[in-house]
Amino acid sequence: MKRFCRLIDRLDTTTDTNKKVAYLAEFFDRTEDADKLQAVALLSGRRPVRAVSGKQLRSWAADESGISDWLFEECYAIVGDLAETIALLLPNPAGESSDSLSSWLLRLRNLKKKNGEEKRTFIVGAWSSLSKSGKFVFNKLITGGFRIGVSQKLMVRALAKHTGLTENELAHRLMGNWDPFETSFKQLIYDRDESVRLSSPYPFYLASPLDVLPEELGDGDQWLAEFKWDGIRSQMIAREGRVFLWSRGEELITSSHPELEELGKSLPDGTVIDGELVALKKGVPLSFNLMQKRLNRKRVSAALMREVPVALIAYDLLEWNSEDIREKPLYERREILLSLYNQLNHPKLLYSDAITWNQWEELEEMRVHAREYYSEGIMLKRRDSTYESGRKRGVWWKWKTDPLLIDGVLMYAMPGKGKRTNLFTDYTFGAWDGDRLIPFAKAYSGLTDEEFRSISSFVRRNTLERHGPVRAVKADLVFELAFEGIAPSARHKSGVALRFPRMRRWRKDKPASEACTLEELHVLMKKFQPE
Amino acid sequence: MDLIVENENGLYVPEADVYLDPWRKVKKAFISHIHADHCRYGNLQYICPRPSLPILKKRMGPVSVHGLDYGEKTTVRGIEFSFHPAGHIPGSAQIRVAGQGRVWVYSGDYKTRSDGLSQPFEPVKCDTFITECTFGLPVYKWPKQAEVYRSILEWWNENKQNGRAVVLQAYSLGKAQRLIHGLREGPGPIFCHSAVQQMNTAVRKAGFDLPKTRPLTKKLGKEDLKGALIIISPTAFTGHWTKVLKTYETASASGWMLIREAKRRRSVDRGFVVSDHADWEGLIEAVKATGAERIICTHGYQQIFSRWLSENGWRAEELTTEYGESAGD
Repeated sequence: MKRFCRLIDRLDTTTDTNKKVAYLAEFFDRTEDADKLQAVALLSGRRPVRAVSGKQLRSWAADESGISDWLFEECYAIVGDLAETIALLLPNPAGESSDSLSSWLLRLRNLKKKNGEEKRTFIVGAWSSLSKSGKFVFNKLITGGFRIGVSQKLMVRALAKHTGLTENELAHRLMGNWDPFETSFKQLIYDRDESVRLSSPYPFYLASPLDVLPEELGDGDQWLAEFKWDGIRSQMIAREGRVFLWSRGEELITSSHPELEELGKSLPDGTVIDGELVALKKGVPLSFNLMQKRLNRKRVSAALMREVPVALIAYDLLEWNSEDIREKPLYERREILLSLYNQLNHPKLLYSDAITWNQWEELEEMRVHAREYYSEGIMLKRRDSTYESGRKRGVWWKWKTDPLLIDGVLMYAMPGKGKRTNLFTDYTFGAWDGDRLIPFAKAYSGLTDEEFRSISSFVRRNTLERHGPVRAVKADLVFELAFEGIAPSARHKSGVALRFPRMRRWRKDKPASEACTLEELHVLMKKFQPE
Repeated sequence: MDLIVENENGLYVPEADVYLDPWRKVKKAFISHIHADHCRYGNLQYICPRPSLPILKKRMGPVSVHGLDYGEKTTVRGIEFSFHPAGHIPGSAQIRVAGQGRVWVYSGDYKTRSDGLSQPFEPVKCDTFITECTFGLPVYKWPKQAEVYRSILEWWNENKQNGRAVVLQAYSLGKAQRLIHGLREGPGPIFCHSAVQQMNTAVRKAGFDLPKTRPLTKKLGKEDLKGALIIISPTAFTGHWTKVLKTYETASASGWMLIREAKRRRSVDRGFVVSDHADWEGLIEAVKATGAERIICTHGYQQIFSRWLSENGWRAEELTTEYGESAGD
């Protein structure tokens, strides 16, 4: 545990990815297998089933630090991270536990079965035997999300240094369902269990945002253009009579999509399709919000399947006749995919058609109007590209359509987390409904520090009401908001939900009375909504 | 009536018709210390602690200013004013205001633990204490200064051995001089950006014992700066220097560095917890030492600190001021 804590501390002392990789590799070199395996699990987002709630942790920590609950909550709101808040507030012991990372994790894993009092005794005992950084790491084992700027990719790079295996192979081995308590480092990295291999997806190849002029990509004939869909990038695996559907977030989502499991069963054995899982009604994609309804369920009802029918839009074929064909050029893979699609003729499988175009300007035109095709832009892939892993620049690009824009009035402001006192950075914006403002979007980013300071000063001077940390302010400031989509929402008072709203600029030139109205938002929403 | 009130110009003493650290132009201003949010341009007359005089003159140019020794009293329309060490930066003070049987103290910015350079904080007995609370939250507990200096020196040493320079971002008045003083036994030369050098000169003029530092001029190249410590304000660290230095590490020295997210936002390699303000325990200790019954909390987490004080037997209230927007931390 001490060594792992030291690793986390060191990772925090640099923003240089090469150094991070070096620290990780050094950790792997010096640590025994059991802890190595646990570290790999943690850094790839696998942690023990949560046995205690945040609420329990908060109330025990407030008691232990001898402050009232409200004061603990204020600290938490400002620090922005529960694990860190607790580590900062509790006193540090003279001695320090020398138990291993795996032994701490094993005890956490067994905690689930214990009753409330036993849980409390264990947690409080752990706090009093760990240093400040030990407490932080221990709390993170419970709550998750280290946020130390180590992506799975960096971890894999370090592991490649340590083992001498290639990054691609390691990335593949680490995917899928494995449990650090039921395998060993050797098993996971060197000899693979057959049933695990069966379910394992390939690491996804991700496109980079296009940051050069399309003309610079050269001859248009080299490039395949497809529409970009706003769904969930997924892999469908059919092997030995079994079907697995994986999301890009490495989650197995087969059970929440029974109709796709059906589709999978009709695929020939030894087939892996890369595609986009979308909600689709009468050939038109539904909003991403609806789609999420299904994701969060273990089982779905017949009613929900009718309300949000899904389908897979196939982009690529990665495995065919049980053979890994990622090294074949894209056009060849897509040829096989197309004949499979034609042969199967299944209502739940769609083929992502290539866009026909001649000049870059034509494509640009399509991109600008992509939203009218219910798409969020265009994908550009080199026709001869192999299927890489991770985000390798240069051969696959995403060329998104320009964001939608609307002017909103600042209604509420909240201090940001873990930063300077009194700097208000989290805002809620309203649209006019007659002479009333109705909140319709929240945004946190897009302005300079200078602007945030100046707005904070405005907020302090123009507070109408306080609700805890939230200030209601005088309707005066107008901001142009950029967002990627707009859909109906029953959960919001405004009746709409925006996708990825952020501040584009401060409209100092515009009086609040000229900001957008609720009606305008609804017109916009209907424009991009089928039916 | 209250001895000190707030109006649109700043903290005001109506019976003497003078202001304390005003944020708008006034006739007569008592100044606690020379940070930009406490000492602003345009007042007709400035009165500051004597050791702050060279600093004020450097910052404000030719203005009408009068210095008072710590503890020296001056009377305006029957109200008595005096400065008392605040321990915040060299020459900083709390301002004591007394009249008609009442004693008020306005803290300015302060820290209770000595930094080895500034005149250490001295509690002043009063009935009403106006306190800052920049770090008025129990998560803020400062590590020992010696420990932090040791880790800065370790960091500097390690980089020196790798042939790199280290860049320490610090506010040009106060924090910079404190670090220069505390790191004087370091493994290499200390270079200071011109804004810091100017303040160094003013602070030396005020009688503080500051080791020699070298100016960071544009003539310097990578080789000249190998193994050096560069002290510079975050805004002055421009592309020119990143190009000259090529490989280097950056750090910020501030109380905010206690929180990981704050460090991330500054995108520095290292964050060292060095604050010129009191931490949570320091604030409570200072409040207790004044013996005051009424506590007015300003700039910082005033809402939280005043609520805590109220729950623990003080008569506490909040006051919203315009300090703290560009303060040293």
